[in-house]
Amino acid sequence: MAVLLLAEVTGGELNLDATSKAVAAAAQLGEVTALCAGASAAAAGEAAAKIDGVAKVLVAEDDSLGHRLAESTAALIVSLAGDYEHIVAPATTDAKNVMPRVAALLDVMVISDVSGIVDGATFERPIYAGNAVQTVKSKDATKVVTIRTSTFDAAGEQAAAAVETVSAAADPGLSEWVEDHVAESDRPELTSAGRVVSGGRGLGSEENFELIEKLADKLGAAVGASRAAVDSGYAPNDWQVGQTGKVVAPELYVAVGISGAIQHLAGMKDSKVIVAINKDEEAPIFQVADYGLVGDLFDVVPELTEKL
Amino acid sequence: MKVLVPVKRVIDYNVKVRVKSDGSGVDLANVKMSMNPFDEIAVEEAIRLKESGAAEEVVAVSIGVKQAQETLRTALAMGADRAILVVAAEDVHQDIEPLAVAKILKGVIDAEQPGLVLAGKQAIDNDMNATGQMLSALLGWSQATFASKVEIEGEHAKVTREVDGGLQTIKVKMPAIVTVDLRLNEPRYASLPNIMKAKKKPLDEKTPGDYGVDVAPRLEILKTEEPAERKAGVMVGSVDELIEKLKTEAGVL
Ligand SMILES: Cc1cc2nc3c(=O)[nH]c(=O)nc-3n(C[C@H](O)[C@H](O)[C@H](O)COP(=O)(O)OP(=O)(O)OC[C@H]3O[C@@H](n4cnc5c(N)ncnc54)[C@H](O)[C@@H]3O)c2cc1C
Ligand SMILES: Nc1ncnc2c1ncn2[C@@H]1O[C@H](COP(=O)(O)O)[C@@H](O)[C@H]1O
Repeated sequence: MAVLLLAEVTGGELNLDATSKAVAAAAQLGEVTALCAGASAAAAGEAAAKIDGVAKVLVAEDDSLGHRLAESTAALIVSLAGDYEHIVAPATTDAKNVMPRVAALLDVMVISDVSGIVDGATFERPIYAGNAVQTVKSKDATKVVTIRTSTFDAAGEQAAAAVETVSAAADPGLSEWVEDHVAESDRPELTSAGRVVSGGRGLGSEENFELIEKLADKLGAAVGASRAAVDSGYAPNDWQVGQTGKVVAPELYVAVGISGAIQHLAGMKDSKVIVAINKDEEAPIFQVADYGLVGDLFDVVPELTEKL
Repeated sequence: MKVLVPVKRVIDYNVKVRVKSDGSGVDLANVKMSMNPFDEIAVEEAIRLKESGAAEEVVAVSIGVKQAQETLRTALAMGADRAILVVAAEDVHQDIEPLAVAKILKGVIDAEQPGLVLAGKQAIDNDMNATGQMLSALLGWSQATFASKVEIEGEHAKVTREVDGGLQTIKVKMPAIVTVDLRLNEPRYASLPNIMKAKKKPLDEKTPGDYGVDVAPRLEILKTEEPAERKAGVMVGSVDELIEKLKTEAGVL
């Protein structure tokens, strides 16, 4: 049984962490062919060929694939789909944009955010902000699946698999890219980081959010935020952790000035060790924390940063 | 331009979800139901387009049980002009899959010919994040998902999208499907006079059969379970104690 896996390629580069976690999951389904698509994707293809479990790499390079626009990327996948029983991708925003479109074009359901694979047709996925886990069995001939990467370990390395090129499908020309606003950062990437420090509304301002960043830098951690912190403009949107943001499962998650709404917990409660710092001893975050510290974050966080 | 807004009736986001002990699903009997929060944002955006003169009419559509009428009345009270309810289920526990919803919406769109569809990015019950993309595929329209800013510029819409790396702006051909994210706007509350007025606005009822759509699920739900519980942790009294525990007990420092 064959699996076509859409590798996560951004600006010509492979996102190794997300892709190799999806490969680890997809390898349970069958032989994996990784598709690297982009305006330039050859280097990403070379990198994907070395992920353990990848049997073959397809590289599609075309300007129309440059910014992972949904219409052209979906058309490419559909043009290749006939050979595969499963079409899989890591559940990134790019793949969430593309994969339901692929599924509808194939007249099948998409199975989003899969956290467990039971067999080739049966999958587990969280629903209701992770308050329930559903096991579903697909009746469709082709299974289009996105993988919740935080629940799978990354695949290792191997000697490079063969790389072939394929051509892009006809570009429907429905959308064009205008610009990206991407913050450059030396910090680890949120969804792959081993440690994450997140701040919430309790920080009170964008300036104060620096306390979170300093603690994160001391720990070599990525920075996250609650929705309230993002909505209030203390932190950028791509730091949001939760049901409708990013899902993380680091070794260490430190939640500062975050109350612990279910929508936030949905994005971090699978972390190995959770630390909560909050001045309200009744805050629900303490119910999932391994270590809770009741106190004013403006005292506790500088002291913690200092003493680490 | 006519704007179509699909709104879903879901469990209120504040309600603590209870998984039924027989594993058959989540208990939805007698719990508070509301409009999917993302759909409120979509309705708000549609109304603002109307207020700015970019749109003439806002039509809200819901697919599900008869009680979704209430959800549509909320959309009407916020300012939508009319509503269409496609009664596709009898039991509140029966969720219509995004593929079937998209097929029904395609039927509605073929009849209504809107210039723009504003949907939510995700329903907070099934957490699928799929319907808008599927609908766009079925129609062969452009799609712009996870929108935090929407500007209509004649034959195009310029949409800023919330993506993993930050923000991406794209220009899509109209007619388009846009799915909205949290930061697009803050939805208004319906005023009492508007709630009264909404009762008189037209609400049509249809069935999936009217659009020739079979809503039989493609995904058979085998079981629904509670997630693994986390063990309760401990409270520490000081920063020093915290560091000590993280080093020796948790071994993460
Ligand atoms: C559709 C939908 C989707 C959502 N998606 C997400 C999501 O993906 N992620 C997410 O996070 N939320 C999400 N939310 C929002 C969620 O419901 C909460 O509103 C949000 O998580 C609250 O953020 P917060 O904990 O920072 O703020 P609050 O709930 O206001 O909590 C602030 C906390 O800071 C503490 N505090 C204040 N001052 C101090 C101080 N000096 N020292 C120490 N502690 C202090 C307070 O005691 C309080 O516990 C979503 C909501 C909806 C409706
Ligand atoms: N049954 C439904 N009735 C109306 N709109 C729906 C329905 N299901 C999904 N939608 C729309 O599609 C969006 C995404 O839902 P989903 O793909 O289920 O996560 C929602 O925010 C709604 O705008």
